[in-house]
Amino acid sequence: MKFSESWLREWVNPAISSEELVAQITMAGLEVDSVEPVAGEFSGIVVGKVVECGPHPDAEKLQVTKIDVGAEELIDIVCGAKNCRQGLTVAVAMIGAILPGNFKIKKAKLRGVPSHGMLCSEAEMGMADEAPGIIELPSDAPIGMDVREYLKLNDSIIEVDLTPNRSDCLSIAGLAREVGVLNQADVNSITIPTVAATISDSVEVNLNAGEACPRYIGRVIKGVNLTSSVSPLWLVEKLRRSGIRSVDPIVDVTNYVMLELGQPMHAFDKAKVSGAIQVRFAEENETLTLLDGNQVKLKTNTLVIADQEKALALAGVFGGQESGVSDSTQDIILESAFFAPDAIMGKARQYGLHTDSSHRFERGVDSQIQQIAIERATQLILEIAGGEAGELCIAEQSEHLAQAKQVTLRKERLALKLGINISDETVLEVLQRLGLEPKTNEIGWDTLVPSYRFDISIEEDLIEEIARVYGYNNIPMISPVASLKMSQHKESKLALRDIRRVLVSLGYQEAITYSFVDPKVQAALFKDQESLILPNPISADMSAMRLSTWCGLLSSVVYNQNRQQSRVRLFETGLKFEPDQNAENGIKQTPVLGGVITGLKHGEHWSLDSTPVDFFDLKGDFETVLGLTGKLNEYQFVSETHSALHPGQSAAIYKNSRKVGYLGAVHPQANKPIGLKQKAFVFEIELSALLDASIPEARGLSKFPSVRRDLAFVVNRDVQTGNILDEIKKIGGNQLVELNLFDIYQGEGIADSDKSIAVSLVFQNVERTLEDEEIAAITNSVIANLEAKFSATLRD
Amino acid sequence: MNLDGIVAQAQEAIESASDLIALDEIRVQFLGKKGLFTEQMKGLGKLPPEEKPKAGQAINQAKQQVQALLNDKRDAFQQAELDKKLAEEKVDVTLPGRSAEIGGLHPVTKTIERIERFFGELGFQVRTGPEVEDDWHNFDALNIPDNHPARADHDTFYFNPKLVLRTQTSGVQIRTMKAEQPPLRIISPGRVYRNDYDQTHTPMFHQVEGLMVDEKVSFAELKGILYDFLTNFFEEELEVRFRPSFFPFTEPSAEVDVKGKNGKWLEVLGCGMVHPNVLQSVGIDPEKYTGFAFGMGVERLAMLRYGVTDLRSFFENDLRFLKQFK
Repeated sequence: MKFSESWLREWVNPAISSEELVAQITMAGLEVDSVEPVAGEFSGIVVGKVVECGPHPDAEKLQVTKIDVGAEELIDIVCGAKNCRQGLTVAVAMIGAILPGNFKIKKAKLRGVPSHGMLCSEAEMGMADEAPGIIELPSDAPIGMDVREYLKLNDSIIEVDLTPNRSDCLSIAGLAREVGVLNQADVNSITIPTVAATISDSVEVNLNAGEACPRYIGRVIKGVNLTSSVSPLWLVEKLRRSGIRSVDPIVDVTNYVMLELGQPMHAFDKAKVSGAIQVRFAEENETLTLLDGNQVKLKTNTLVIADQEKALALAGVFGGQESGVSDSTQDIILESAFFAPDAIMGKARQYGLHTDSSHRFERGVDSQIQQIAIERATQLILEIAGGEAGELCIAEQSEHLAQAKQVTLRKERLALKLGINISDETVLEVLQRLGLEPKTNEIGWDTLVPSYRFDISIEEDLIEEIARVYGYNNIPMISPVASLKMSQHKESKLALRDIRRVLVSLGYQEAITYSFVDPKVQAALFKDQESLILPNPISADMSAMRLSTWCGLLSSVVYNQNRQQSRVRLFETGLKFEPDQNAENGIKQTPVLGGVITGLKHGEHWSLDSTPVDFFDLKGDFETVLGLTGKLNEYQFVSETHSALHPGQSAAIYKNSRKVGYLGAVHPQANKPIGLKQKAFVFEIELSALLDASIPEARGLSKFPSVRRDLAFVVNRDVQTGNILDEIKKIGGNQLVELNLFDIYQGEGIADSDKSIAVSLVFQNVERTLEDEEIAAITNSVIANLEAKFSATLRD
Repeated sequence: MNLDGIVAQAQEAIESASDLIALDEIRVQFLGKKGLFTEQMKGLGKLPPEEKPKAGQAINQAKQQVQALLNDKRDAFQQAELDKKLAEEKVDVTLPGRSAEIGGLHPVTKTIERIERFFGELGFQVRTGPEVEDDWHNFDALNIPDNHPARADHDTFYFNPKLVLRTQTSGVQIRTMKAEQPPLRIISPGRVYRNDYDQTHTPMFHQVEGLMVDEKVSFAELKGILYDFLTNFFEEELEVRFRPSFFPFTEPSAEVDVKGKNGKWLEVLGCGMVHPNVLQSVGIDPEKYTGFAFGMGVERLAMLRYGVTDLRSFFENDLRFLKQFK
């Protein structure tokens, strides 16, 4: 809501500066967004009258004038404005005047004719962005008066960002009430006379949806003159300072009353209305052409103002084009109605609209102000556009109008909720200032809520009002009191922060990517997997809910790769989203940890190899993370394909036989659609499979020496080494305390179909020294079993 | 040859010895089994007995003299050899070491971890929840009925009228209050979504919301805890103000501003006393319990703390940006 400070001060004028006023209302919950001057900074412009106006001898577009500014002599001024004419009252920048932008007015000659000043437009005075000609002041403006003073330009436009509950302040009257409360100042409410009917015309109104519109007041005004009447400057200026353009006297007056009193109004061209006014819900697919020329197809949830035949307007939202007021209108029907917020909420948005009227009605309008508003509007219309008014035609279903609410405030609740004891006198006084007519009772106060504070309905509303007027900053800051109950910290639950720290130590940078990704990238990685699509995304490439962190991470790799950052290691934690009928709301949302590496193993270094990363760099990092759980043996890596991964370099990760993730090289076919220029390796695992850690169980240390035996086997190259190691562990049992794979060899001396695997076995017993024979028995068993199961032969 | 002559000869030879091998030859020549001193000792037999001890003593003295010269020379050679070896092993200590290049946490995570720590010390437990949320948890239970203007203010991403990307983490508070009994102290960090994109808005950002429900929780306590938090977070005594505002799920409600270095107020938090309708919707008796709730934008706090100027940079994951947050 924009308003001019001087307009507010006509209603209530506390002895505080503009800055203090702005700070005060902000701290009362009416947040001030901006404060701007109503005009540019200028001086030396006075009211003048064009006494003579004739053509310039040498310039077609210029006129030569003599201006009366109340001085002894007339001033010669050459003017280029088309609307400059004899008899016009104008704003004259005198010699020495300074216009906005520090533009100084000096004596000049225009095409040979002397010009001792300038006639100004609104744009030149910083009152508008552009203007068609010079400003036309009312003919009774006192000649010679300073224009700033005459137009009251030493004024500010204040814009408040009102919260949805405070629509009572969407008017000067409401703001004045609030400022009055805050300053304990009197509010000069204007006196609005009742306009007596001078004609007998009336309008019949049928309330066919009483809950949605319990009160509708119509009035006929006949014989308005819209062809020659214009809105007076004071009205145009007040509208302008509230951010509303002047249209015609009728629209201007209805807008003015809305700004002044908070009641949105409408006017129909009576000639276009046939029969009684109907306030009803629209019929399915009923059409209506709005004032902006757009035709809408109505839904049955929409309240309309109609006549006997058709819908005329979207009630409380927007007028219709056909029944609207135009230059040729002579008779009007003025509308001042109360529409229930529930009936208007969301309707404007449903049709892609948002109007000053819908903004107010959906938040709430004072249910008792319709009659005052229509009297005010009638008075102004008759003054400005002439015409004669009929009687007020009031249609009302009082059973649907809100009754005055009674709310009780308990002293004890007030003190408990705010954490401060405010004296009874202060509370009583604040309630009185707010117009709540408090009555003291044994537990606190009974209040009666005025119709304009429709936002107040429960005790908390009153507590908030007290706190607000008393001042939030006057409430102390104290430390909360609670029982010292210890929180659970399970040692068996690994903290995500520890996992993050380890990845950071391994050189990974944490990334945060959007949860919605490019469906094309996702499809390139997750073929045949359906994803959840956002119907109204920011853009098409942010429309698919991710099935994995890989889409975002790989896109980040590409982003960096395109900025000459080729060595990238990233990880991310977050949810992945998979459509699943059995999950809550049909979407399985699983927390995962994902990572990617690409580029060189090490940063370029004077003594390290410049080799690119491979599968085992990633797997090693991943195993380091798994190792944090102390349960590395519960995870299995199984060669399994995945549409996103290289078929020969991909593994599924199982924990206790449940598949919990994947790792591998990105499928070369996916590189192109993603934009990836080099090999990248990715992993992803469900977080739940990672957070379950072991609690250490200490064992005694052996006092006896350990014995090492090295064995090398030749097996077919397709045999999975992991299976061989598992077999050795099984046979070695408790006495095999260490098993290391220290060499894999293919090449000379080994058949092309084979590979050599060299392992070291370390044996130790807790209770005694192991004899050579015992060790030999175990190693022989290992050799025999590997031969039997994997056709492995001992290498010489 | 007299003894002095032999010593002088030995001295000359030792001085001109070029290395340890030459030195050893000199030792053999003079002190060896067939050396000059052995010969001298053999000559003792020809002397009369009374002269023998004196002459023998003289030979031994001369021998020791030569031995000492040899030792000194040998030590000098060894020291030189060691010096040479050490000189060869000298490294350029200014060369970079073979360190594992460390990564870093995202500034949003850093910020969330700090917030979790401040509140964790006061017994606030971390709770998380789904991001695709139904409208009941995201709106209705928070006292935001259908068509309420506050819904329009949220720029919500809808999948359908009943399913949204959460616009706030408040749904987690609802889920927690339904599942657990007061007293409750929780914070819920996480991603939230709004359909808006420019320098100061991204369609996804992070919030941390907090909730405390107990028998006598007050607005003064809310002010106390948030003031403590802000001064701890920014590590300075800031000017903080609580400004009345409106949220459907709290009453009284406040926005919290801190005074920036330029003297302007910056909004950093929203908060208030939990609205009785919210407590009722999760089955908590608002007559018995009161509570406060607060919510903060993590990126906004991180921007103020670390001087980040473009919100979008948080999600571009440019390594040159991320690496600034070690």
